[in-house]
Amino acid sequence: MAGHETHEYDVLVVGAGGAGLRAAIEASTAGVRVGLVCKSLLGKAHTVMAEGGMAAALANVDERDGWKVHFADTMRGGQYLNQWRMAEIHAQEAPARVNELEAWGALFDRTPEGRILQRNFGGHAYPRLAHVGDRTGLEMIRTLQDHGIHQGMAVHMEITITTLLKDGERIAGAFGYDRERGRFRVFKAPAVILATGGLGKAYKITSNSWECTGDGMSLAYHAGAQLKDMEFVQFHPTGMVWPPSVRGILVTEGVRGEGGVLTNSEDKRFMFDNIPELYKDLVADDAEEGWRYVIGDRDARRPPELLTRDHVARMILAEVKAGRGSPHGGAFLDISWIKDRVKGGAEHIKRKLPSMYHQFKQLADLDITETPMEVGPTTHYAMGGVRVDSDSQASSVPGLFAAGECATGLHGANRLGGNSLSDLVVFGKLAGQYAAEYAKSAGPAKVADSEMEAAEAEALAPFGREESGEGPFQLQQALQDMMQEDVGIIRTEAELDKAAEALADLRSRAAKVKVHGNREWNSGWHTALDLEPLLTVSEAVAAAARERKESRGAHTRNDYQEKDSEWGKANLIVEKAGDGSMRVRREEIDPVPERLAKIIEEQG
Amino acid sequence: MPKTTFKIWRGDSKGGEFRAYETEYSEGMVVLDVVHKIQAEQANDLAVRWNCKAGKCGSCSAEVNGQPKLMCMTRMNTLPLDRSVTVEPMQAFPVEKDLVADVSVNYEIKKRIKPFKPRPPDHDDGTWTMHQADVERSQEFRKCIECFLCQDVCHVDRDHHYHLEGKFIGPRFFVHAAYLDMHPADAEDRLADLKERDGVGYCNITKCCTVVCPEHITITDNAIIPLKERVADRYYDPLAKVLKVIGLGGKK
Repeated sequence: MAGHETHEYDVLVVGAGGAGLRAAIEASTAGVRVGLVCKSLLGKAHTVMAEGGMAAALANVDERDGWKVHFADTMRGGQYLNQWRMAEIHAQEAPARVNELEAWGALFDRTPEGRILQRNFGGHAYPRLAHVGDRTGLEMIRTLQDHGIHQGMAVHMEITITTLLKDGERIAGAFGYDRERGRFRVFKAPAVILATGGLGKAYKITSNSWECTGDGMSLAYHAGAQLKDMEFVQFHPTGMVWPPSVRGILVTEGVRGEGGVLTNSEDKRFMFDNIPELYKDLVADDAEEGWRYVIGDRDARRPPELLTRDHVARMILAEVKAGRGSPHGGAFLDISWIKDRVKGGAEHIKRKLPSMYHQFKQLADLDITETPMEVGPTTHYAMGGVRVDSDSQASSVPGLFAAGECATGLHGANRLGGNSLSDLVVFGKLAGQYAAEYAKSAGPAKVADSEMEAAEAEALAPFGREESGEGPFQLQQALQDMMQEDVGIIRTEAELDKAAEALADLRSRAAKVKVHGNREWNSGWHTALDLEPLLTVSEAVAAAARERKESRGAHTRNDYQEKDSEWGKANLIVEKAGDGSMRVRREEIDPVPERLAKIIEEQG
Repeated sequence: MPKTTFKIWRGDSKGGEFRAYETEYSEGMVVLDVVHKIQAEQANDLAVRWNCKAGKCGSCSAEVNGQPKLMCMTRMNTLPLDRSVTVEPMQAFPVEKDLVADVSVNYEIKKRIKPFKPRPPDHDDGTWTMHQADVERSQEFRKCIECFLCQDVCHVDRDHHYHLEGKFIGPRFFVHAAYLDMHPADAEDRLADLKERDGVGYCNITKCCTVVCPEHITITDNAIIPLKERVADRYYDPLAKVLKVIGLGGKK
């Protein structure tokens, strides 16, 4: 056998983005031994890419804001499929989590009074996003990283977990390999928190980095936990579309928050053409009112560019389909026009959106203070993930917790921009707290040698295969092309059936991929091992998407274009059946209790 | 599609060599795209560290034609393409494999620096009144993505390896110390460490770090020189020394 190194903790956290770091800090503070494992170097996780800000009803800019408004906005944005208790906790606790970051050294942009500044974002009634220019995620991850390393946790960088280990029904730890030497590692821990982020890499056009291969969702699924809401994949309306090699890179919603407008090839601001029923009374009548909203006129209503992401993405697609797209198949996003309306002109834009300015300047030779950007939808975020208890973040497997993007519940059918960063710290903290409590009471778990041997054999399998003519990179690309084509923004039953067949075929081909070279920093091997989680989450997304026969939030069916009130009462659960096959079943949503129903009603 | 030849360093801590790969590239491609294409088609086991591919995470640092660069932000059309392009790992750090450098020393250095220690909050919710003008200096330093290119180019690191020997923290961590020092709510004192342990005196202001910074942080002028001045004010100001001797000096 290949042998392995063993580490023992009370709580093992897998993933070191915002949720993982916050969970590890909380568990460390609770006085248990904490191990933090990350696929990349510390501080490089996908959280770093978050740009626009972190939603919290601090009411620093508009005192009419409060947790109730934030709660109602989140539920409306999620089309009421959210776990209402999570939306309630999130809205109530987000302000404290923002303030806590400030106490740990974060430097948010300031109001004239010297408090944390907040900006407008899609679906939020008031300016609500605490931010630092357009690099809020960097500020968050650096703050958590620099605070976390002094809390006593042990950090293991560049390690990928391939399997969760169990002791009967309960979690006993995790098995993985380090990138540098390819050595196997066994982490024994009675409590494991998954905080591995999303699954964007299942798609060809995505804002996600290589890490986002759905690891946590797949690990949990194979360990017997339930996945929920997997059909809801958010396509962010504004990714770069040109040049081809940067297609998908995110263009922050902050551009629209600062006054950016979307136009088509006929120079028409098409977002005014179609306002969804749920938002009928919340949108400006004309461009002038929209601008007044952007600059803080409290009587004005939001411009249509600040509607929810699902809607904006579909509107852009419709323009492209109708032949009114930009030269490279997107729409135009123009921020340069505000130059004449604000103090400082071009400098104001550069100060508010510095990363966007550099990104376009360096990658596309384009000055956003002069020329409109070309943008189009890009796979951005998984609303679905590991089903967890709203309060404790515990999954259905004893000892297994999940937080952040790899968990589900807060966002329902569509996530509001800015609710992700606050999600990470609100629920990362709770996961850390409850996992530490659980670990203290549960006591050590045992791992059978046979389980570790099986995990080693599985990880080494690609080296021992015959050459099949198809390498790991080619197979990953084939999967991404298929998902983009058949399980994309607009879906039909025929395409989803085709996707199911294609996935079965890809799975059998993946089992034949051979890897060359040795185990040290072998990117081909790593990519081959990432195929399992990618295939598992792709199967879950495709299966759930086929089942939900309506259009709601981020899930759009061309063959069922309307919302169906019956489907509005149900979530889809994906789990492994006794025979190892994937099962999708419908489950009724707990009705919203009266105290919260009243809030939703009051907020209109 | 036009063709190019990449000479990529292949090897590990025991040694290695440049190997040539010929490949096609298209408009708008960056160096990292070409390296990935080579990896997918010709060299599956080529080691390259990367993450966001958007200049935001600072993972894909390497030396392109001898210049410290983020591979994801170096467009092909900025390079002379009538000759081959060389790509090698950062030279101021031990190599792990191929283009991957062992940057772990940076994480050890960070841990040694005294963390943020706030003065008591101004408000009941645990926050402070800080004005934009006052946070802006530190905000510049917070743009750092920890790509460590400044560490790579600094001659104190590159030629003398003082960062590996614990004698010099390097530009990245002077930037970190400056962020803490100029943070309006921070109450910690790091000057003695900077002078004695962190080696701020070794920097002789050649500004190479500022030149390579992909975030355009004015490292030398805005971070290192002010730290040097504070050290000099406290430890080398003759007038302050006299006042101290006769018992009139301030508490610092």
